[in-house]
Amino acid sequence: MQTNRRDFIKLAAAAAAMGMSTASLPGFARASKPPIGRVVIVGGGYAGATAAKYLRLWSLGAIEVIVIEPNRQFVSCPLSNLVLGGSKTIDDLTFGYQMLQSNHGIRWVHDQVTAIDVDAKKIRMQRGELVYDRLVIAPGVDFIYDTLPMLQSAEAQQQVPHAWKAGWQTVNLRKQLEAMPDGGVFVMNVPAAPYRCPPGPYERASQVAYYLKSHKPKSKVIVLDANAEIISKKGLFTKVFNEMYAGLVDYRPNNTLVDVDVAGKTVKTEFDAVRADVLNIIPPQRAGKPAQMAQLNNIDKRWCEVDFLTYESKLAPGIHVIGDAVAAALPKSAHMATNQAKICANAIVQLMAGAEPDQAPVFANTCYSYVSDKSAMHVANVYRYDPVKKIMVSAEGGGVSAAPSEQEGSFAAAWASNIWSDTLT
Amino acid sequence: MKKTIITIAIIGLFSPIIVCAADSGLPVSDVHIRSLAASCAACHGTQGNAVPAAKTAALAGLDKQDISTKLLAFKSGERSATVMHRHAKGLTTDEITALAEYFSLQAPHVAAPLTPQRLRADHAN
Repeated sequence: MQTNRRDFIKLAAAAAAMGMSTASLPGFARASKPPIGRVVIVGGGYAGATAAKYLRLWSLGAIEVIVIEPNRQFVSCPLSNLVLGGSKTIDDLTFGYQMLQSNHGIRWVHDQVTAIDVDAKKIRMQRGELVYDRLVIAPGVDFIYDTLPMLQSAEAQQQVPHAWKAGWQTVNLRKQLEAMPDGGVFVMNVPAAPYRCPPGPYERASQVAYYLKSHKPKSKVIVLDANAEIISKKGLFTKVFNEMYAGLVDYRPNNTLVDVDVAGKTVKTEFDAVRADVLNIIPPQRAGKPAQMAQLNNIDKRWCEVDFLTYESKLAPGIHVIGDAVAAALPKSAHMATNQAKICANAIVQLMAGAEPDQAPVFANTCYSYVSDKSAMHVANVYRYDPVKKIMVSAEGGGVSAAPSEQEGSFAAAWASNIWSDTLT
Repeated sequence: MKKTIITIAIIGLFSPIIVCAADSGLPVSDVHIRSLAASCAACHGTQGNAVPAAKTAALAGLDKQDISTKLLAFKSGERSATVMHRHAKGLTTDEITALAEYFSLQAPHVAAPLTPQRLRADHAN
């Protein structure tokens, strides 16, 4: 609702006059000048930026919101595979935070979190400290190099990019592809699930194949998947690999990486050694570092267990975790991250006003994968809270496209421009 | 704004299941529906104001009967869709009615354009 604070007070008074809530005036109306509390958000990705906006919107400005984010710009992971395919540039996917900040009165701290003192409700950064009433941690993912120590250094990641956080890594991988001779071999892996963006690696293989098909048709894409099969949009991607990119994509399931020779661009699986001209390794992942600092990644030492009504950590009251870092049987997608952010913001607004959060949250996830410059396909589902299992479960009717199409490509473009606008303005 | 007050008054008068959340002044249904409606923003824009060039419908200010008729037709399969049937089938009839009402009450406006930027050299990844 487009209400300002004065409208909200009038609305509350009107409601009270009609006998709806005569017990007390709303907390927000009462404490209209000083904020009713401070929420600090760590991370300005899809989840963190969305939580900041909706906390301000739904509290009618009564909650002070401060975002801590080390990067000056937002770079979208969704659509970043199209940079590899050549139909987008990284600059098409890069945006500032200024509109979000000024439209909603969000305070922004450009800094890096170094420690979180859960008992004192205090965050330490490289250049200062902040206290909070509630903390939202939206840290994204952190790469695990335990089994791939040779890829830990920045130099190694220059030679063998992950390109799984969009930015210069994506640009680097695209440049390597451009420099690859016709007849070259592009080798990439898929880590064991769960990881950020389940269909992403298969979309990447399709985008690289799209580029090679028209520019370097003698080349090949080898996909080494640690999983037993394609884990998202399986039928669709199988068809894309076998028909649209027949002879270009060599998909190998059950291929876990055991060693990487960075200088020699060679990977070893349990079965054989594969030499690449361009090598792209997507490491296994866990909740981002700020969640680890607060010791919230209790599930498999990787992901954070939360209450799905509030996204409050099961380990630390007053600290909420949203986005890819959450342990959930839900796809780690951008749309899902924004959904979690909204449910979390809604719950925090209620909790800080002394009211009960929504006990039956429902949200939708739509995820498109582009298989060429114009054609895309979806997986879409509604999820609703199951009060017995206390998790979000798929509702009836979810599913995937019959086939990729240009019409869905235009819907995917609409998805991107709308979710960017929703998150960043 | 008047519309909002009237709507809340009407909901308050006619719906026995909707009660006020203890202190926030908003009916529980509004708290439930506003986050569900916000989930639609990924394709339909914040509060139903889709980005102008997008090939998805702007829902803000549309007739509530039109919205619910379409969603119910997607749900039953009577109307074919590319994606929307997946969402409509997952919603209850009550949620469809409440979403239609919610979007019909949003003020339509042109979503501000977001301009892409050149990636800075100091970006972390």
